[in-house]
Amino acid sequence: MGFVTWATNPWGQSVPIHIAWFLIWVSAIAGLLFLIAHATWLRYFAKEKEFAGDASPEVIARIPKHIPRHSLVARMFHWIMAASMLTLLFTAFLPKVGTQFNWVTYHWIAGAVLTISILFHVIHASFWLDFWSIWPDGTDVEDARRRVLRFFGRSAPPPRKFAKYPLENKLFHGVIILCGLSVIVTGVFMMFRVRTIFFPRNPYLFGDMTWGLMYVLHGLAGVGLIALVMMHVYFGLRPEKLPITKSMIFGWMDRDFYLQEHDPRRWAVETPSSSTSNSPSSSIPHRIEGRGLTDAG
Amino acid sequence: MAVIRDVMAAFELYQPTSVADAQKLLEQHGPDAWVLAGGLDSFDWLKDRIRKPKVVVDLSGIEELRGVRAATDGIEIGAMTTLTGVVNHPIVKQKYGLLAQSAEVVASPQIRNQGTIGGNVSQDTRCWYYRGGWPCYRAGGNICYADTPEGRNREHAILHAERCVAVNPSDSAPALIALDAKFVIRTPKGERVVDAEDYFIGPEIDITRLHILQPGDLLTAIRIPSTWAGAQFYFEKVRDRNVWDFPLLNVASAMVTSGDAIERIRIAVNGAAARPLRLKAVEDAVRGKPRNAATGEMAGKLAVQGAVPLQFNAYKIPLMRNLVKRAIVGIRVEEATWAS
Repeated sequence: MGFVTWATNPWGQSVPIHIAWFLIWVSAIAGLLFLIAHATWLRYFAKEKEFAGDASPEVIARIPKHIPRHSLVARMFHWIMAASMLTLLFTAFLPKVGTQFNWVTYHWIAGAVLTISILFHVIHASFWLDFWSIWPDGTDVEDARRRVLRFFGRSAPPPRKFAKYPLENKLFHGVIILCGLSVIVTGVFMMFRVRTIFFPRNPYLFGDMTWGLMYVLHGLAGVGLIALVMMHVYFGLRPEKLPITKSMIFGWMDRDFYLQEHDPRRWAVETPSSSTSNSPSSSIPHRIEGRGLTDAG
Repeated sequence: MAVIRDVMAAFELYQPTSVADAQKLLEQHGPDAWVLAGGLDSFDWLKDRIRKPKVVVDLSGIEELRGVRAATDGIEIGAMTTLTGVVNHPIVKQKYGLLAQSAEVVASPQIRNQGTIGGNVSQDTRCWYYRGGWPCYRAGGNICYADTPEGRNREHAILHAERCVAVNPSDSAPALIALDAKFVIRTPKGERVVDAEDYFIGPEIDITRLHILQPGDLLTAIRIPSTWAGAQFYFEKVRDRNVWDFPLLNVASAMVTSGDAIERIRIAVNGAAARPLRLKAVEDAVRGKPRNAATGEMAGKLAVQGAVPLQFNAYKIPLMRNLVKRAIVGIRVEEATWAS
């Protein structure tokens, strides 16, 4: 049983044509097993979270009731991307498991929407948001080391609270970038094989081997996204993560959750006015110290 | 690729004598089973060793699948009834002449003696890239060799091409659509009856099949209601030679007129797409109109709207336009004038 399906082209060459479709089930089952294992671990074995010391009381006092986390533009991008991603997954894999419908047109339209939204996101995140806030930094690595040591019962200081995004978020984002860019780049080229409004059809843009590898990469990244999307939805629905999910809907998170999970020194927050602040000290908007801006702007 | 003819790969041959047994076998062996009706499509695949099923279920011994029977409303034709049997049946000739006309122009007399109505509607496409065993979309690959600048696509699709540009080669299919026939399918979940036009699917739905039959399914009969019995029929098939050839295009229509006006009509073409196309827009447009050259002209133009020719099949567009026009007007071949 191979992971790749091969065929002989008219020139007698053995070329890959696509992934073996059982990998759809492998990915879905792997995703499901991860969810079960994680939920079980959290329910029965996980210890209470422990973090290193908080920011100063003065800083904490200036934290507003609502912490802006995602701008309207960022939220719109997220949900457009989510809708197109789900459309892509369903249109790609439902026909492979027996639900027949006119999937190709929906698939390339959703792919075009995803591509445009990702291009927008790259530009938006690079110039308008805190680009580096989603990339792991030295503190994340050190804290991850501490968490691993403590998990195995070794002595280590408690990790610090998170910056805007926990390390897990950042890693997930990295994997999504890898899979997403793989399906997008290969998908854009694959649009030359079908009739779309974008390019004149040209099935001979590449040789059979290159095309085959492209289909295989598209398929592998696609089935990988099945498990990744399952995990993302699962975490989005977990009770302890709901404040994060709500922030992707309303744009802000509660002060309590922010203080519980995030370090104001690592994720700076604009304090707009005393009216929304618990602090009586100042009515002038100012920024709490820390690295980087929120993406509220 | 070397094609070894006449030496089929080994398979288990089952020859059931009842539909129940046949269906049990098909269900048991699923995608490993190959349904053998008249064998005229099947033996090409098997002898070319392009298809190597583990199991072949030969339906020729099932008597209940043969014959034309009167039904409460119309007739029922067993799927294993030969095309000759259909053509020669008195009720078919008398009331459903459209089907007789279409079946009579299938291939050659010898083939019609062996070929069945079920096989004719369920046969695979004749695209030679696909039949030659190349790993095209229809064969599960990722390319259409016919839809390339160099591809030989004179016989291929002008409408609804979606990655694959192969066409359905059946002559009886458009006639059955025009007659509003129903296809009776035994599935593992029970009997299913579908409209003729819904029996066929294009590559946008499933690029590897021309019809809705899944592994385990069996087409058992075709029912033709009396709705169009005795209507005015028109069938025309255009092919490269006048015998033993697949259609480049064919057209079938059933029409009821009231005075000069077209009261109701059903019209379908085949050879233009991967499935026979019922021309609903044409039906709607001509209903109530006088049956004359102007209406035919309008119908012909409407029929080819959206047609996209490939490198070598642009001729199919005026051909289809003229066939539809002639089907509306009811013009005989010898009286026809062609517009290019």
